[in-house]
Amino acid sequence: MYTLSTVLGVLFLAPFLWTVASSLKQPWEMYAFPPVLLPQVPQFRNYVEIFTDYPFLTWFKNSMIVVILATTGSVLSSSLVAYGFARFDFRFRNVLFIITIATMMLPGQVSLIPRFILFYHLQWLDTLKPLWVPAWFGGGAFAIFLMRQFILTLPRELDEAAVIDGASYFRVFWNILAPLCKPALATLAIIAFIGNWDSFLDPVVFLHSPSNFTVAIGLWFFKAQPLVADRPVWHLLMAASVTSILVPISLFFSFQRYFVQGIVLTGLKE
Amino acid sequence: METRTVPASPGVRLAPDQRRGRPRAVLLAKLVGAHSVQGSYRALWGYAFISPWLVGLAVFVAGPIIASFYLSFTEYDILSPPRFTGLRNYVYALTGDTLFWPSLGRTFYYAVAVVPLGLLFSLSLAILLNQGLRGTNFYRTMFFLPHLTPGVALAILWVWLLNPQLGPINAALRPLGLGEFPWLTAKETVIPSMIVMALWSIAGGNGMLIFLAGLQGVPHELEEAAEIDGAGPWTRFRHVTLPMITPTLFFNLVLGIIGALQVFSVAFVATAGGPAYGSWFIALHIYNQAFSYMRLGYGSALAWIFVVIVLTLTLINFALSRRWVFYRGGS
Repeated sequence: MYTLSTVLGVLFLAPFLWTVASSLKQPWEMYAFPPVLLPQVPQFRNYVEIFTDYPFLTWFKNSMIVVILATTGSVLSSSLVAYGFARFDFRFRNVLFIITIATMMLPGQVSLIPRFILFYHLQWLDTLKPLWVPAWFGGGAFAIFLMRQFILTLPRELDEAAVIDGASYFRVFWNILAPLCKPALATLAIIAFIGNWDSFLDPVVFLHSPSNFTVAIGLWFFKAQPLVADRPVWHLLMAASVTSILVPISLFFSFQRYFVQGIVLTGLKE
Repeated sequence: METRTVPASPGVRLAPDQRRGRPRAVLLAKLVGAHSVQGSYRALWGYAFISPWLVGLAVFVAGPIIASFYLSFTEYDILSPPRFTGLRNYVYALTGDTLFWPSLGRTFYYAVAVVPLGLLFSLSLAILLNQGLRGTNFYRTMFFLPHLTPGVALAILWVWLLNPQLGPINAALRPLGLGEFPWLTAKETVIPSMIVMALWSIAGGNGMLIFLAGLQGVPHELEEAAEIDGAGPWTRFRHVTLPMITPTLFFNLVLGIIGALQVFSVAFVATAGGPAYGSWFIALHIYNQAFSYMRLGYGSALAWIFVVIVLTLTLINFALSRRWVFYRGGS
């Protein structure tokens, strides 16, 4: 069993190890035949070069802007919406909630073209706005679903008592429920962060000039030109890829517990 | 506001004299589905809290879906107004577009391999992790790491790993006489290569974590009872564990199918749909028609055909689930 687990673990890690090793190679070492695993002298300056000689820093900054604004928007707005769904009775509540869940089953392609047209008319194309503004309007069905499921597990007496004591609903949400929701909010923040960091289809449709690219489409753009100024750049592409992987991985390691809980919470609802 | 200090009591109806004096309150209560003034007040707060999503749903989800349905009957390039063309886009997609059916076929080929194999691998890994080995968390993390790799990085990484001449995979296969396998560079092998890439990232991903949680929810007494009755490991799994985790299996199956049919970024980045359209999936076809050629009307028709297919499969899934998914609550 241990042998099997270890072999499988190595199998899963091997592609990473190869990529990290490649990212430290000199250009000519990338084209060695037969291929060699380790570079003769690790070229850590590859990681400097992607930031100094190529627009990776700009892409990194753009990605960070999108990810931070979109994550904040998702967390704040979805928890308010989830509070509404979990604790209030009103006409059409259940229908609206079922519609919300149903949107998770729809492939994003069906709304992509009209969103493109909408952003064209708003003159938001080739800006970062299409990538984060929508997150402030409820944060999407998945986020609302996750938060609602979590709020439903909290005893209702808690907030009813505060309402009887004269607290406004908003205060009940902010001072009583939100602190109790911290694990779910953390989960949601991580999932939203990683999801936005990975997002590819939306940015590739909405952004056009390289100076506005995010890391994901910057990498794609970079990959499409294997020679820059007649120099092969695959070693730099590897360094850039490793950097783009490090962000979600470090986040996962810091908040592993929340992450696993959140995925389980959404998956086990019967 | 004295209403705020009174606990909401949904059963209480307005007294007749109250009703006569406050027709507007009654109308409001009816509109929001409440039975009392307090209930109406609460309901209005409910609408207030969900209002950001009502706007988001209308502007970024439902509105666009309706708009794309309309656009699918038009010719539209964003610069001039849409021109109504009736069913022409649909007829062209189904009968005239030489790329449409093959791209749909390729997408299904990919999904038919990725979905069952992905389920099998992630369930196997979850079972392995559920054996209570020491260091389970460590192994879980190792299995999960590929899933955290952004799609673009995944594509780039594998393009290099699978490079027929310079990649390490062929270097390892060469002594076995299997070298020079063309992987992503030949029409026949490009989709199998992408299946391998997808399985690497799916096997230890969310599906595995959900299976693991499902397995941990199976009561030990059940398996022990079966063991006492003389059931071997396979029989215990087949007749005790598997039925108990059918809800998680169903959840992973539904999401797996929806995800696999949308395969896009790997093919877009690694091969741009090539070689010779070998990895031209339906999502690439929609993207290219809509955004490379600015055929927004035709792209919308393709998107709608695609959505109808995905939704039909999901509904079939839900209908079939009644026969094999076992819910403990009995619901």
